[in-house]
Amino acid sequence: MNKEILRLRINGEEREIAAAPNRLLLDALREDLGLTGSKRGCDDSSCGCCAVLVDGVPMLSCVALAASYQQSEITTVEGLGGPGELDPVQEGFAEMGGAQCGFCTPGFMIATKALLDRNPNPTLDEIREALSGNLCRCTGYMQIYESVKYALEKCRANTSDRGSAAQAAR
Amino acid sequence: MSDSLSANGFSIIGKPLPMADARAKVTGLGKYADDLSVPGMLIGKILHSPYAHARIRSIDTSRAGALPGVKAVATGEDARNPYGILPIGHDERVFALDKVRYIGDNVAAVAATSAEIAEQALDLLRVDYEQLPAFFDPEISMKAESNWIHAERPHNIEKEYHHVFGDPDAGFAQADFIAEERYYAGEVNHAAMEPHSTLAIWEPDNRLTVHSSTQVPFYLHRTISEVCEMPMSQIRVIKPLIGSGFGGKSEVIPLEIAACVLAKKSRKPVKITYTREEVFLAHRGRPITIVYLKVAITRSGKITAVQARVIQDGGAYCGYGPVTVLYSGALLGAIYDIANVRYDGFRVLTNKPACGAMRGHGTVNVRFAFESMLDELAHQAKIDPVEIRRRNLLKAPCITANSLRVTSYGLPECVEKVFERSGWQSKKGKLPYGKGIGVACSHYVSGAANPIVRSNMPHTTVHIKIDRDAAVTLYTGASEIGQGSDTMQIQIAAEVLGVRPERVKLVAADTELTPVDLGSYSSRVTFMAGNASLNAAKDMRDQIFAAVAKTLACSPNDLIARDEYISHVSDAAKAISFDEAVALALEFHGALVARGTYAPPENARGGKFKGAGVGPSPAYSYSAQTAEVTVDAETGHVHVDKIVAAHDCGKALNPLTVKGQIEGSVYMGFGQALQEDMTWHEGRLMNPSLLEYRIPATKENPEIESIIVESIDPEGPFGAKEAGEGSLAATIPAIANAIYDAVGVRINSAPFTPEKILEAIRAKQKNDGPNGARASNPQPSGNSR
Repeated sequence: MNKEILRLRINGEEREIAAAPNRLLLDALREDLGLTGSKRGCDDSSCGCCAVLVDGVPMLSCVALAASYQQSEITTVEGLGGPGELDPVQEGFAEMGGAQCGFCTPGFMIATKALLDRNPNPTLDEIREALSGNLCRCTGYMQIYESVKYALEKCRANTSDRGSAAQAAR
Repeated sequence: MSDSLSANGFSIIGKPLPMADARAKVTGLGKYADDLSVPGMLIGKILHSPYAHARIRSIDTSRAGALPGVKAVATGEDARNPYGILPIGHDERVFALDKVRYIGDNVAAVAATSAEIAEQALDLLRVDYEQLPAFFDPEISMKAESNWIHAERPHNIEKEYHHVFGDPDAGFAQADFIAEERYYAGEVNHAAMEPHSTLAIWEPDNRLTVHSSTQVPFYLHRTISEVCEMPMSQIRVIKPLIGSGFGGKSEVIPLEIAACVLAKKSRKPVKITYTREEVFLAHRGRPITIVYLKVAITRSGKITAVQARVIQDGGAYCGYGPVTVLYSGALLGAIYDIANVRYDGFRVLTNKPACGAMRGHGTVNVRFAFESMLDELAHQAKIDPVEIRRRNLLKAPCITANSLRVTSYGLPECVEKVFERSGWQSKKGKLPYGKGIGVACSHYVSGAANPIVRSNMPHTTVHIKIDRDAAVTLYTGASEIGQGSDTMQIQIAAEVLGVRPERVKLVAADTELTPVDLGSYSSRVTFMAGNASLNAAKDMRDQIFAAVAKTLACSPNDLIARDEYISHVSDAAKAISFDEAVALALEFHGALVARGTYAPPENARGGKFKGAGVGPSPAYSYSAQTAEVTVDAETGHVHVDKIVAAHDCGKALNPLTVKGQIEGSVYMGFGQALQEDMTWHEGRLMNPSLLEYRIPATKENPEIESIIVESIDPEGPFGAKEAGEGSLAATIPAIANAIYDAVGVRINSAPFTPEKILEAIRAKQKNDGPNGARASNPQPSGNSR
């Protein structure tokens, strides 16, 4: 299949790749763009390790064609935050044991990020629901819930900090 | 000096520190094997057998080899040397030489400039097979008179062991209650989230560098040398981040050797990454296990004898098989005080993917049988299930009937903790029909006291180096696979040297840089690599103290290292910062290099009988668990509401990671108990995907309360023992016993599917008649005397 130029907007940057129309988004990320944070853990879109945000919605990049998402804003784990400025979600998974082997972690953090963006106050059941498309073989999920709660608290604290700072400025 | 560590409390040991590599993982910047690539790298693909048992008449590679982009094609002729994880089981070849032995067996491989070309090349390989009769059921396979899977293994029996300890006949004769039953456990796979991957790089100087998803770089190193006929000194094995293993990466897996053979043949870098289906076919998981069990107790609940005949369906190759079946026997009775044990274990070959070591290696399925039967006997003798366990505890320290040395023994405390936390007394036998609670116990080794290849060399060696930057660099062969190995060793070194953990840099699992460690399996790392790290750190501290003592004009015995200072124990004014102390020590010694080793003591290495080498460990962990379930008697569906798990890990060096290990073990036991089962049709795996082989997701997983019990082992590093495997085995019988409490049926076949439960409930209703309700009148499952 002939390659064509695809223009993708990933982690806030315009990226150009030459790829066949059937190039999967996951392969484009991992092989064409060197963004290996998204993982392949299965053959049939059952594990969630490859999840990325497409316009804020978690999506499995192993069953998405890269060519179909040239108009979208794509966020991978590398786009959540770098080593110097971790997102509260990344901090939660690092601090509370949410990442053991770490292979499923990018997918879980993407799902968590999407959850907290649309629901800053989720119940445990809502957390379980939001993470039900991702599989983890290490943790038994308990420390993942703790990680999500940590991120939740951190986001809340940040919001109220910003609130009080705004109030002080007035 | 060393006493000051505990006298003043710990500054780093026992703290819930995040993992040392956590930031690499949460930023997505850490590299796993499949994330690696190098210029000119080829992609390798493997051709698998479509037949369960067949002779290979010929392989035609000409068309595949001629395809543009194909750089190498390899078959059995390219790597004739056999290998296997055990010295007694070298029965595998990377590609079949004469015949294939399971659907998925490895026949040939290609390396090409892209994955697409490699796939096309596989389609062009022509293999002429002659099919042979195949064996799928272990109890039939072990009676085979011809067409044996390996000619040198008559009747397809890989290995059998027959052990008698004490006088089992006398034990049965003095019993008041005897139960006898057949238990069955289905086959399960590790299903680590990372599929196996290997990048083998042929270097310009004809060396081989191998990055591989392995739990045991050392064994891989040795096997590559044997199969590729290269000296170990020409081979470098590096372990990148590993997406967990659970035993599935503890043997040498075919792709690891296949990548090396292709790299050697093409003189280029070759990467092979398994699909999930290939992971299931490479397998090495927990075998189908059939347990014929007989246990006897007195009226007061004392166990008088145990007899087990265990048959394991090992698949087509030896692998760890003999070790698995020996663990089943060695750990069967050794958790309790049992004088009389008879064990007959059979490891049987069948035409299916080879089984191997999986979390809780060898103990899980026999523990399911034993703890279920103990529950039944307690019922018959009208003794509470918690109480019957209390009445059979060991009196540690002691030597068990099968010569296992037990030092620390936290099982009594584990039992009491779950008894309290679960609210046992207000629940057992008192919940409404459909709700139930069950209890079970388990134990596991903290590493094997005897190495696979017998030698008197240490099991682990650690080096520590400090230079003018005052960074502490710890070189260890131990493999971080997600369990916290790196963090544990950093904490130990930082505690001993009195520095912040951030000052300790770890270099791990690279055979060119790090000394040998026997690997991350059998829960050996904390005990063994932990002790070696402790010894190396003490060696380094002694060297630094010698220099500081000279400057401060005091005895080294008066010094303590803590919070980045070396100071006089009774004169706080006499203190030198760690950086200054390092400078003094470099002036004093010239170079600062320390080493530590660990080998289990002679008296922990077990008995002298055949098979006695498996089971002995320098220390054992203990677990007790309760499970609460809701059983829908209309559908047979079981919901596990809560599991309370208490685990004796000796000393929790890092409570965060210990809890993660307990909860992960419970999770995996839960999966095997209720929903994981590899299903077969004439040797073909019917569910080789995570969609059909259902590991539990968030919605299914129970609430888990993990409780740490610390028995402070006399020989463990700071008293620590294993935490990563021991809890798993208790979960399955705890759930089985809770189902009995809920609806009065015993399910002796795992997983406990709705079909099995419904069938048992209907059979019971038929037996009980219209008035039979709950557990007061259960199905008879043993004979009372």
